[in-house]
Amino acid sequence: MAVCIDIKKELEEFSIELKIKSSSNRIGILGASGCGKSMTLKMLAGIEPPEKGRIQIGSKVMFDSENRINVKPKNRNVGYLFQNYALFPAMTVEENIAAGVRGGKEENKRRVREMTERFRLEGLEKRFPGELSGGQQQRTALARIMAYEPEVILLDEPYGALDTFLRDRLEQELLNMLKDYEGTAILVSHSRDEIYRFSEELLIMEEGKAAAFGKSRDIFENPQKIAAARLIGCKNISRVEILDKHHMKAVDFGILLYTKREIPEDTAAVGLWAHEFVPVWGAPQENCIRMQIESRAELPFEWKFYIKPETEEGSGQEESLCWFVQKGKEKELSERGLPDYLKFPEEKLLFLKE
Amino acid sequence: MDVLKNLDWSPLYVSFKTGAAATFVCFFLGIFAAERVMRLPTGRRAFVDGILTMPLILPPTAAGFFLLLLFSRRRPLGSFLFQNFGIKVVQTWLGCIIAAGVIAFPLMYKNARAAFEQVDVNLIYAGRTLGMSEFQIFRKVVFPAARPGITSGTILTFARAMGEYGATSMLAGNIPGKTGTISQKIAMVIQDGDYHTAGIWVIIVLLTAFAAVFCMNLSAGKRTKNMKRW
Repeated sequence: MAVCIDIKKELEEFSIELKIKSSSNRIGILGASGCGKSMTLKMLAGIEPPEKGRIQIGSKVMFDSENRINVKPKNRNVGYLFQNYALFPAMTVEENIAAGVRGGKEENKRRVREMTERFRLEGLEKRFPGELSGGQQQRTALARIMAYEPEVILLDEPYGALDTFLRDRLEQELLNMLKDYEGTAILVSHSRDEIYRFSEELLIMEEGKAAAFGKSRDIFENPQKIAAARLIGCKNISRVEILDKHHMKAVDFGILLYTKREIPEDTAAVGLWAHEFVPVWGAPQENCIRMQIESRAELPFEWKFYIKPETEEGSGQEESLCWFVQKGKEKELSERGLPDYLKFPEEKLLFLKE
Repeated sequence: MDVLKNLDWSPLYVSFKTGAAATFVCFFLGIFAAERVMRLPTGRRAFVDGILTMPLILPPTAAGFFLLLLFSRRRPLGSFLFQNFGIKVVQTWLGCIIAAGVIAFPLMYKNARAAFEQVDVNLIYAGRTLGMSEFQIFRKVVFPAARPGITSGTILTFARAMGEYGATSMLAGNIPGKTGTISQKIAMVIQDGDYHTAGIWVIIVLLTAFAAVFCMNLSAGKRTKNMKRW
């Protein structure tokens, strides 16, 4: 189901302006809290109207400000999974699932039975939402949506309020249950990992605008824009001054960087993932920064080192660099001690545009 | 005991009847008003809410004055009602219901509105995206979610309507067996210095009012039994 969005909406702090066309079945929307991603979903569902623009799902125009079309949410055939699941508290599991079923009594019964089986809710039919665990609530909410047979499912940060352990399990479960769903599913989240696992195509939003849009893998490999890199979790980003086709000065790191690749002319910044640094003992090599540790943190499976940039004191740029080392891989580290330098492997450097 | 034997029970009957009828009307009107007012834009909402809450704040005699002004047969509305439908309000049981209803209405309206406002808006959105009609959403989702607040509103309305005195005495008067409510009976017998009868009626009022509030607390307690106290 192709989704085609071209919308504009003024919010209090900024405006949402999006123009996107996707025919992928799994779309992710990544962005910081309050960047307008939930609002975008609500506009797709028809809960909130955009001010201007057009929304088309498949061959059906849902919204068109020029032709004064605004299809009501109940006629859009869109399923919406709310952050708190929004199960109807006074209805049993069974009644919740039946709430959206179209058709007669027999059909209703059959669908409810089918969904209770598929989402492993047998035995819970007569319970109320307040008597269910988080996982059971999620399954009920999904069963309710699936019983409605929507063409598009919108998932609004479904695990936003959960602790990590539950989150991983529910996420796995959700992905499994969506596997045989043939329609389009759009997931909104601020978690990079969630989005990476879920989406074929990815939209990164910043203050209502698209910071990046494209195939998910491509964006993670090469985010292209500073905002996109930051949102997918690239910790080390520095503005650059390009010196020549292969040399640039990383202003915020305070070092000179060389690349074999030609530096694109519109490069405004350079980025490096925190786990891509190469430790160097002894004499410095090319693209190296002195290992001046500002602080370190030990995590269960990882070491995190925060390193001072080589800028002059008081230059205003004091954000430290991050080097993440997985435990067990740092054998050399425990044998030889901390390295003297960290090398930026030139093939791993990301060229970023404004 | 002789007093009890010779007691004219009609005030209890009139009060109860009035309370029940006024509550019945207020129940629907209050919910309707609450649902409507909630959707108004802020400025107009404050204004309409102010007017609807007035009877709760005004002295009942002031409300009675307005009601007389409206329904007196020498006034346009009163004479219109009488000439076209033969409806008399002043000095009738209908007047009793109207007076008690107007005074008690804000309790129903305020409670219903507070109950509606705390309903999670996502529930309504969910209903809409699931293809339910607005009426279905109200009946199956919003109303059940707001039920505790509506229940307590109904009981408070009933208790208030049953005990109304000021506006009732002005609009409906005190006709024994027709508009003579308990509160009016108490006032009357006290003027005659009959503290004995007054005391009995006071006890009856106390018991019914307390029973109403007690039932309300019980029903609310059932719903919150899983809630932790602080």
